[in-house]
Amino acid sequence: MIGLSDYLLLSAILFAISVAGIIINRKNVITLLMCIELMLLAVNTNFIAFAHFLDDIAGQVFVFFILTVAAAEAAIGLAIIVVLFRNRATIDVEQLNQLKG
Amino acid sequence: MSFQVIVFYSFAAWLIFAALMVISSKNSVKAALFLVLTFASASAIWLLLEAEFLAISLIVVYVGAVMVLLLFVVMMLDVDYAALRQGFVKKLPIAIVIAAAFFAVLYSFITSGEFSAENYAAPAAKAADYSNIKALGRVLYTEYFIAFEIAAVILLVAIVAAISLSFRGRRNRKAQVVSKQLEANKRNRLKILKVDPVESAQPEVAEQEEAKS
Amino acid sequence: MLNQLLAIVLLPLAAAIVAGLAGNLIGRAWSHRITIGAVAVSCALAINIALGFAFGGLQSLNVTLYSWAQLGGLNLQVGFLIDPLTSTMMAVVTFVSLMVHVYTIGYMKDDPGYSRFFSYISLFTFAMLTLVMSNNFLQLFFGWEAVGLVSYLLIGFWYKKETAIFANLKAFLVNRVGDFGFLLGIAGVYMIFGTLDYAPVFEQVAKGFNDIQIPISEEIAWSGITFVCICLFIGAMGKSAQVPLHVWLPDSMEGPTPISALIHAATMVTAGVFMVARMSPLFELSEVALNVVLVIGATTALFMGFLGVIQNDIKRVVAYSTLSQLGYMVVALGASAYSVAIFHLVTHAFFKALLFLGAGAVIIAMHHEQDIRKMGGLGKMMPWTYATCLIGSLALIGFPGFSGFFSKEAIILATGNSNLAAADYAYFAVLAGVFFTALYSFRMFFLVFHTKPRMDEHTKSHVKESSLVVLIPLILLAVPSLISGWIIAPNVIDGSFFGDAIYVSENHDVLKPLVEPYSSQLGLTLHGFLTLPFLLAMGGLVTAFVFTVWKPEWRETLYNRLSVINSVLKNHYYFDKIYIDYISAGGVGLGKRFWRWIDAGLIDGWIVNGSAKTIGAISGQVRKIQSGYLYHYVLVMVIGLLAFLGWMYWRALAG
Repeated sequence: MIGLSDYLLLSAILFAISVAGIIINRKNVITLLMCIELMLLAVNTNFIAFAHFLDDIAGQVFVFFILTVAAAEAAIGLAIIVVLFRNRATIDVEQLNQLKG
Repeated sequence: MSFQVIVFYSFAAWLIFAALMVISSKNSVKAALFLVLTFASASAIWLLLEAEFLAISLIVVYVGAVMVLLLFVVMMLDVDYAALRQGFVKKLPIAIVIAAAFFAVLYSFITSGEFSAENYAAPAAKAADYSNIKALGRVLYTEYFIAFEIAAVILLVAIVAAISLSFRGRRNRKAQVVSKQLEANKRNRLKILKVDPVESAQPEVAEQEEAKS
Repeated sequence: MLNQLLAIVLLPLAAAIVAGLAGNLIGRAWSHRITIGAVAVSCALAINIALGFAFGGLQSLNVTLYSWAQLGGLNLQVGFLIDPLTSTMMAVVTFVSLMVHVYTIGYMKDDPGYSRFFSYISLFTFAMLTLVMSNNFLQLFFGWEAVGLVSYLLIGFWYKKETAIFANLKAFLVNRVGDFGFLLGIAGVYMIFGTLDYAPVFEQVAKGFNDIQIPISEEIAWSGITFVCICLFIGAMGKSAQVPLHVWLPDSMEGPTPISALIHAATMVTAGVFMVARMSPLFELSEVALNVVLVIGATTALFMGFLGVIQNDIKRVVAYSTLSQLGYMVVALGASAYSVAIFHLVTHAFFKALLFLGAGAVIIAMHHEQDIRKMGGLGKMMPWTYATCLIGSLALIGFPGFSGFFSKEAIILATGNSNLAAADYAYFAVLAGVFFTALYSFRMFFLVFHTKPRMDEHTKSHVKESSLVVLIPLILLAVPSLISGWIIAPNVIDGSFFGDAIYVSENHDVLKPLVEPYSSQLGLTLHGFLTLPFLLAMGGLVTAFVFTVWKPEWRETLYNRLSVINSVLKNHYYFDKIYIDYISAGGVGLGKRFWRWIDAGLIDGWIVNGSAKTIGAISGQVRKIQSGYLYHYVLVMVIGLLAFLGWMYWRALAG
């Protein structure tokens, strides 16, 4: 049988991959967004696994809300990218250091 | 080896492969498509965990809406993706180190025995007429009602924000400018010319009309 | 009665306001008409009341007019305490004030600040009246400060004159020192008695009360009443210009002469004497305080007399004479002869105002020349001024029969009768003072009115007798200078004049032996020609005659022989030098150091700018962390998360 730890390991792998993705794709904002989606997916999988093995529907409710917020975040993030590209003609994060102290 | 195990491992393999492709592909369009594959395999895993509604939602919301939006944006923006991949190889070792460290810590957590099968036995099978959607809906509309409403508001705000961020507006739109309307007075609009009735000639009338307009 | 009292106080105030604020509207003539009218009415009413007390058997009146504030158990009120002492002061103040008002018409004739001057002196009259008529310490303090303010304004009346500005600032600052003590004294009264009204305080004293002890250290504790009395007396020292707070009075002569007569001779400077007399029940309880009063008064009386001898400015001679006479009054206070002190205050007010106004008349005639070395022979040119000044001078030196004789003789005898520790010193000082009083008075008198004229021809040809508005006050002041002593001396000495307004304890009653000789004025006067003070006075007079009229060249020789003493006297015992060069300069230096080290160095340098600089330096380093690159933040976040996870893992392992 597949135990809780298998699901947790799967999401751990997914999370590690997305962390690596954030570090290597440090220039491309769109890929960064995708990596964040991946991270959220890993977290959601964790939630659902626990909800299943604890037999508690609350975990699924959490995932529901995370999905909602992630969708909103994706919409706004993409809108920001569009505006950014319109203004700067690039989405290269390395050129965005206006906040330098 | 039960059917479930086969399903789990095959979709887990697809999931990991697709995730690796997302972070490593040169083309953002490809990355987005692999992300779709990642979500699809994840939703299969979720089905194994008996979260049917969420698995479907993931497909519908993510694959159907968010990913399409992402693809739109990726294709719409004229970006030199190759240039954005500079330093990819250089950063690879440190990325692997950090990711490995993460995984090592999480792995040692997970395999420490805390989450073993003894502690977390698989739950009993649900009744035949058990509906995941019903169960979720019941708590969502009772216990989590306020959170649910707030989530709705967040979505609304996201819609407004996304539109107001990216909306450029038409330059020649025919909107009313109330302050200008109020400012207007007779002197600016109307000009009364004294016309000599005796020498009224056609050209002058024409001029008059022109001045009026 | 109450309406009369209110009129006495408020009429001068109203006149001052009118003349001060509307002076330009109503013109010069109306300014003096209004103020003189107001003060004249006040004066008439005040004299009426004083006569009522002296002969008509009026009863004392203690009335509260207005409750200003109530703070816990402390009532701050405005009220009147009218008794023989108060009525005497009121009569003197309003009378001298009226004389000065009239005199001012002549003296300030051409001054651009004419209305302002009348406004000030009327205001002064109001302030002085509130001071003397008060029935509580708060109002006393109000009047005390108000007269100080007007004094400040009037010393600096010619505010374009550097020396006048210096003098009024000096007067103000020196008075602050005294006022600080006075305020402490008032606070002490409240601490001991729990009230600021006179009547309850004196009642508690009369019933006998437990003096509190103010602990200073483990072993030493001060008697509360002694502390209060000495603090109050420090206030009196400032206002009545006693050593060592006397330095402002000679400089105050920078003000117009009528002011010197009114404020700095007749009334304001005697406020301290009045106050101590008013507090006689308190001072009677503390022999220490009385001894202090005696020593200070005697020192002032004698040593300020020395200074009068070498002054060449006519007003300064009179000013030092005032200091010396104030010293006499204070000696009388110290000897518990409060009524005699007030007696001398009254007679002195008349003859000293007379002398000042006479000096003013001389100054006008000399076209504002004040140096007596440049005068001389004015007696023939100004006969009325000469005559009145002679009366004033004779009264001052205590020539038998004149008013000053009765009061000064009483002071000397009272001091001789006193058995306080410092009485011997005081007795010697007042006796020696008589000689020097005569010496400086007649030195000035001879140099001004006799001897050969030393002024230039132009001035000499213009010298003439003063106008009537100047002469009338002189004559009106000369009359009481002559007779006031004769009239009231017996009543003052036997205690019937002041009644129970002044309290003297049994063992301090120095006036009892004087009652019998003072019962006959004529007998006392005739006896006066045989006493030691008269001989000393004549000695002073003759000495003055020798060195001014008969052998003026001896003066130079004497100056040269006594050059050391002379230089000490010329520098006023170095009081000014000590105050300005050491105390003031030390204060300024200390302030500068505090400013540089504490304000500029510690607070500005370290705390204010230092904290800003520290934050700036830290920020300068911290801002380098903020690269602005998103991936740096991400990296830090990831590492932080990793560290957090590791920490939790380590905890789990350890736990």
